[in-house]
Amino acid sequence: MADTSATNSETTTMVGPRGRKPKRALSPRNIMLYGTLIVIAMYYLLPLYVMVVTSLKGMPEIRLGNVFSPPVEITFEPWVKAWSEACTGLNCDGLSRGFWNSVRIMVPSVAISILIASVNGYALANWRFKGANIFFTILIFGAFIPYQVMIYPIVIILREMGLYTKLGGLVIVHTVFGMPILTLLFRNYFSSVPEELFKAARVDGAGFWGIYFRIMLPMSLPIFVVAIILQVTGIWNDFLFGVIYTKPENYPMTVQLNNIVNSVQGVKEYNVNMAATLLTGLVPLFVYFVSGKLFVRGIAAGAVKG
Amino acid sequence: MAQTGRPTQLFRNMSAKIAAIPMVLTALVVFVGATLWTVYHSFTKSKLLPNSKLVGLDQYERLWSQNRWLISIENLAIYGICSMIFSLVIGFLLAAMLDQKIRFENTFRSIFLYPFALSFIVTGLVWQWILNPEFGIQKIIRSLGFEEFVFDPLYNPDIVIYGVLIAGLWQGTGLIMCLMLAGLRGIDEDIWKAARVDGIPMWKTYVFIIIPMMRAVFITTLVIIASGIVKVYDLVVAQTSGGPGIASEVPAKYVYDYMFKNQNLGQGFAASTMMLLSVLVIVIPWAYLEFKGERSRG
Repeated sequence: MADTSATNSETTTMVGPRGRKPKRALSPRNIMLYGTLIVIAMYYLLPLYVMVVTSLKGMPEIRLGNVFSPPVEITFEPWVKAWSEACTGLNCDGLSRGFWNSVRIMVPSVAISILIASVNGYALANWRFKGANIFFTILIFGAFIPYQVMIYPIVIILREMGLYTKLGGLVIVHTVFGMPILTLLFRNYFSSVPEELFKAARVDGAGFWGIYFRIMLPMSLPIFVVAIILQVTGIWNDFLFGVIYTKPENYPMTVQLNNIVNSVQGVKEYNVNMAATLLTGLVPLFVYFVSGKLFVRGIAAGAVKG
Repeated sequence: MAQTGRPTQLFRNMSAKIAAIPMVLTALVVFVGATLWTVYHSFTKSKLLPNSKLVGLDQYERLWSQNRWLISIENLAIYGICSMIFSLVIGFLLAAMLDQKIRFENTFRSIFLYPFALSFIVTGLVWQWILNPEFGIQKIIRSLGFEEFVFDPLYNPDIVIYGVLIAGLWQGTGLIMCLMLAGLRGIDEDIWKAARVDGIPMWKTYVFIIIPMMRAVFITTLVIIASGIVKVYDLVVAQTSGGPGIASEVPAKYVYDYMFKNQNLGQGFAASTMMLLSVLVIVIPWAYLEFKGERSRG
């Protein structure tokens, strides 16, 4: 121990006069800290790496090597196959169908759930009415109820409405189950808007919708972005609702992916499976890496009651 | 948009009430109505179709005599306890490391958190592939010369749930780290200074000062982990499909299979009511604590 610290202080004294920082950059503590962090980071990155390399290998190469070996001959064929030829049951048109289904499910679900929740959060924050808090409390506690308790009655409700296995039904389900967190998010945000602003607008004669569209909406773009991130990843990654409330030709990407990879028929094509898995993960990954800190804000808002 | 024209002076707050209709419907019809409906029907002999004839606790007796349900509960308990302990410990350690004013903090945080953006289906399928004994970790260790090395958690009924746990932790610890980091950042810098002046070693400061101060964060995090664990479904479906045999079944899968595959609704209702019960056991004491705290604050 004494030796290492001695050599360390020696190196730092040698570097010291030139550098601006008086702190020792290579102290044993820092080496330990960064070393540990880098090892852990590699562990976290490993599955992503495995997905990428496997999806770029041909099947003979996979049979010879292991999951971590880098591809010798890079081929994009598995990607093409996963996108346009992979089979689920009798359908052999690949994941592209699931992708477009997911898009068709996601866009209206995100738009409608955010619209409803933002107006609702605004009403709760600025236009409180009697009994509002009771419903809000039920809503928040409802978020803890396991979905399994509610899925069957919802099947009945949707069937009565003629929306069971239809796209519209799934949009309603996503709106309903997105409501607790989104309402909380918007209510807290709108509560933090200075009240004077709201009062001034009322004095000037603006009503409920006027204040919402002309004052609150333009002021709260960041929170809308957070909500969009939250909903896009959440709805894209959903499996349970997709498998229950749609029929096979409307299955979202996650459900179709699972059916492709876990199908028992035929020879397992691991490279195609991994390409398909990566394709399904690309949308949320893209959202995640583009949004950066807003994503963290979204999940923190989702997790911690504010 | 027809409400815009209404004279708000007369119908005071009418628009707000209209805006809240979806919330009221969700709260009353889905969260209260659907839940009560399911609980009620768990006492009936519903089979292929819901049936309102009460039969007492028959469904529950049958449920608890099912081997598959007992395995599901056992798996959930193992998965739940391990996942709570490990994600809290790992999440806190990662957060503490990131809180050392290090460089590239954002890069590290992005790396630890990205799995959380992926779905459980993607997570399960990747780890199914990595843990594949023919091509994955087992093969690599064997090719290093340890010919007898065995690591096939997904094919061994005794340890399959730990294979699922590895994937679950990979996906979820980033979130816990973020929550813990937010908690650590919320602690007053002066506390650290005071501890340093007093010459208290860093680990002691963490264990005896910082962690007790973060009690609320820990409790909230625990509730989040716990209510997420009860819902575990997609991960198992993707990674093991409940296998080998029924060794990695979980309650949520039991519910789905009995409701939509085996056409035995009553069993599904009873099982989901048990899930609700286990969530209530966690949430009610927590809500009580939170509510009490708010009252004394306000």
